[in-house]
Amino acid sequence: MELLLDSLFNGVAIGSVLLVAALGLAIVFGLMGVINLAHGELMMLGAYTTYVTQLIFKLPILKPFYNSYIIVSIFLAFIVSGVVGILLEKTIIRKLYGSPLETLLATWGVSLILQQFVRSVPLAYGTGLIISLLIGLFLPTTFPSKIKESINFKYFKFSSWIFAALTGVLTGSVISSSVSKLSRASARNVDVTAPSWMRGQVEIIGTSFPKTRLMIIVITLISVIAITLFLNQSAWGMRIRAVTQNRQMSDCLGISTEKVDIITFGIGSGLAGVAGVAVSLLGSVGPNVGGNYIVGCFMVVVLGGVGNLLGTVLASFGIGIMTDLIGAGRLLSVWPDMPLPLSNTINFFATTSMARVMIFALIVIFLQFKPTGLFPQKGRMVEN
Amino acid sequence: MRISRRILAGLATASLAVTATSCGGGGTSGSFDDTVTVGILHSLSGTMAISESTLVDTEKMAIEEINAAGGVTVGGKSYKIEYIVEDGASDWPTFAEKSKKLIDQDGVPVVFGGWTSASRKAMLPVYESKDAFLYYPIQYEAQECSNNIFYTGATPNQQSEPATDFMYKRSPAAGGDFFLVGSDYVFPRTSNTITKAQVAQLGGKVVGEDYLPLGNTEVAPIISKIKKALPEGGIIINTLNGDQNVAFFKQIQDAGITPSSGYYVMNYSIAEEEISTIGPEFLEGHYGAWNYMMSIDTPASKKFAASFKKRWGADRVVADPQESAYNMVYLWKQAVEDAGTFDDNAVREALVGQTFDAPQGPVEVMANHHLSQTVRIGEINAEGGFTILEETGVVLPQAWNQKHPSSKGFACDWTDPSKGEKYKL
Repeated sequence: MELLLDSLFNGVAIGSVLLVAALGLAIVFGLMGVINLAHGELMMLGAYTTYVTQLIFKLPILKPFYNSYIIVSIFLAFIVSGVVGILLEKTIIRKLYGSPLETLLATWGVSLILQQFVRSVPLAYGTGLIISLLIGLFLPTTFPSKIKESINFKYFKFSSWIFAALTGVLTGSVISSSVSKLSRASARNVDVTAPSWMRGQVEIIGTSFPKTRLMIIVITLISVIAITLFLNQSAWGMRIRAVTQNRQMSDCLGISTEKVDIITFGIGSGLAGVAGVAVSLLGSVGPNVGGNYIVGCFMVVVLGGVGNLLGTVLASFGIGIMTDLIGAGRLLSVWPDMPLPLSNTINFFATTSMARVMIFALIVIFLQFKPTGLFPQKGRMVEN
Repeated sequence: MRISRRILAGLATASLAVTATSCGGGGTSGSFDDTVTVGILHSLSGTMAISESTLVDTEKMAIEEINAAGGVTVGGKSYKIEYIVEDGASDWPTFAEKSKKLIDQDGVPVVFGGWTSASRKAMLPVYESKDAFLYYPIQYEAQECSNNIFYTGATPNQQSEPATDFMYKRSPAAGGDFFLVGSDYVFPRTSNTITKAQVAQLGGKVVGEDYLPLGNTEVAPIISKIKKALPEGGIIINTLNGDQNVAFFKQIQDAGITPSSGYYVMNYSIAEEEISTIGPEFLEGHYGAWNYMMSIDTPASKKFAASFKKRWGADRVVADPQESAYNMVYLWKQAVEDAGTFDDNAVREALVGQTFDAPQGPVEVMANHHLSQTVRIGEINAEGGFTILEETGVVLPQAWNQKHPSSKGFACDWTDPSKGEKYKL
C-alpha cells in the first residue's frame, strides 16, 4: 500500500511538471497549430520573474509579505510571459500562419535571442522593458471609445508608447539602484529559494511528501481547471474553439480571428510562465532552463493527441508514472523473486538515463500504431 | 500539421551552433626585449562558460603577475607574455579546431585550456599529431597519460580515494552503506568504478548507483531509490555536474535526506563557486574534497584569494580549478626559463621535477606529467566555504588508477623512453 502510494505520488509529481510545462504548448501547438520552439524560453522568463519577484520582496517595504512572494510571482509570471508571447505573435508569428517550417525556424531564432537577452541585459532593465511593453500594448486599449475613433488616435497611441518607455526606464533604474543583484548582467545561473512554509515535508496517511512537489501539483491542477473552464464556459473560449474548428466560417460569422489568435497565443505563453515558476522550485534558473523541457513538452502533446487537453493530461501522468516505475525499478519490490533474466533486465533499465531511453522507445512504438496520439481530433478539421 | 510533427522530431535534437570570437590581449607596460604569445582556450559561451570563464580570469591574472615581475627570461632576454584567448564554445569539436588554429596559424608555444574530459579527448589527437603542448587544469578521472598534455588537476587517488576513506572511517556516517549518484558521462562513471573497488576493499557496501542524463533535472526516481536503499541514512557520493546539483540538493532536502537525518553527501564537483550558486543553506553539513580550498590559512593562499578579488571584484571567489590554472602558468614559466628556450620538447623535459610554492602548498611535477598535491577534506559551512577537517601529506599522482580493474598495476613515465605512456609496474 505504502509502495503503491509512494509510486503513484512520484509518478504524479513527475507528470505534473511535464503537464504544467506542456499545457501552454498544448494550446499554442494543439489549438493554433503553431510550432513554438520558444516555448521553453517563455518558461525561462517565468522562472526569472520568480527570481526577480523574490529579490524585490526582500526589500524592506515588502519584507513582511516575503512568504507570499511565490503566489504573487505566479500571476506576474503569467503576465510577463503572456506579454512577450503577445508581442511575438503580433510581430512574427502572425506573418507566418500556415507555413510551419518558417514558424519553426523563426521561433527557434527567437529562443536564441531570448536566451542571449537574459545573459547580456541586467535583469532590472529587463523588468523595465517588460513594464514598458505591458503599458504600451495595453494602455491604448483602455482609452474611451471616443478617442479611439478619432482620427488623431495614432498620436494618442504614440504618446502612450512614450509614456510607457519613460515608466520602463524609471522602474528599471529604481530596481537597479535598490537591488544590487539585478543591476548587472550575468550568464550565471541564479537560485530561487522557496519560502520557509514551502520547504520540508508533510505527512499524509503515514507517508511523507515534499511540500514543493505538492505545490507544483496544486499549481498544475489549478491551471488545468482554469484553462478547461475558460475554453468551455467563457465566450472567448467558445470563440477560440470555433476558430480552431473552422477559421473562415468563424470569420464570416463576425468573430475577430485576429483577436482570437492574440488571446490564444497570449494564454498559451502565460501558462509557460506559470510552468517557469514551477520548475524554478525544483532546480536552478538559467538561460538554458527552457531547453531542458521543450522536447518533453512536444512529446507529451504529440502523445496525447494534438488539440486535446484530456490527452495531454493523461499523457503526462502516463509518462510520469512510467518514469517512476522503470527508473526506480518498482516491479522488483512488488515481485522480488521473479526469474533472473527478467530481474536483470529490469535492473538494467532502473537508472534514470536508461528509463528515459526506454520511455522514448515505448512512445515511438506507440506512435507507430496510433500516429495521431491517444485522443486524435475527430470530425471535420479545417486543416488537411 | 502532419508534416510539422515530423520536422519537429528532427529539430528537437538540433544543437546550438555558436559563433566563436577571439581577441588579443595583454597590456602591462614595462621594458621588455621581446614578446611571446601563448594560447588560452576555454568556453566563453554555452553551458560551460560559467565555470570556464573563471579559469580565463585566473590565467590572465597569472600572466599579468609574471609580466609585472619582469616577464619570462630566456637566454638573457626578457619576454613579455601576451595571450590569444579563443572560445571553445562548450562544443568539443570546436576545441580541436581552435587548437589547430592556435598551433598552426598563431604559432603559440603552449596552450592553456579545457575543462570537460570530452573537450580534452577531442583536443588530444591534435596535440599528439602536431607534437604541441596542452596544459589542462581540471581534476579528472585519469586513465590517460599523454606526452603532449600536462595535467595540473587531481587524479582520483588525489581526491576521491582519500574522500571515500574519510567517509567510511571517520565521518559521522562511518561504516555506513554507500549510494553513488552522478551525471551520465565519463568522469562520474570512471570515478564510481574506482569508488566501488575501494569500498569493497574497505569492507563496506555500495547499495545503489544512478546516473542522471546531462541536462535532466528530474531526480524524483533517484530520491526514491536512495530512500529504499538507505532507509536509515548513509553515505552518498555525488559526482553530478553543474546545475544538476541545484536540483539534486533542493529536492533531497525537501525529501528529508539531510545530515540531521543521517545522510551525508561527499561531493567531487562542488567548490566555493558552486556553493555560492547552489546556496549554502542546501549544502551545509555535507562534504567536499579538493586540493585547494579558499579557507586554507596560509599566506600564499590568502595572497592568491586577495589578488584575485582585487583584480576581478570583491564578490568573486577562488576555487580548486582556478588554483590549478594559476599553478600551470607559473610552472610553464619556470620550465621555459630552465630550458632556456620556448621549444616544446626542451620545455617538456625541463618541466618534470619543477616545484612551485602554490596556494595549496608545495607541488611538484612528476614523471607522468601530473602534479603531486595535498588533499583536503572539508565540511561545507553556513558562510559558503569549507571548514577543513583533514589534510593529507603530499600525495603522488596515479595516471593509471591502482583500484580500477583495467589499469591496476600500470604506471606512466615520460622521462624514461623505455617506459612511456603505460608500462607494467
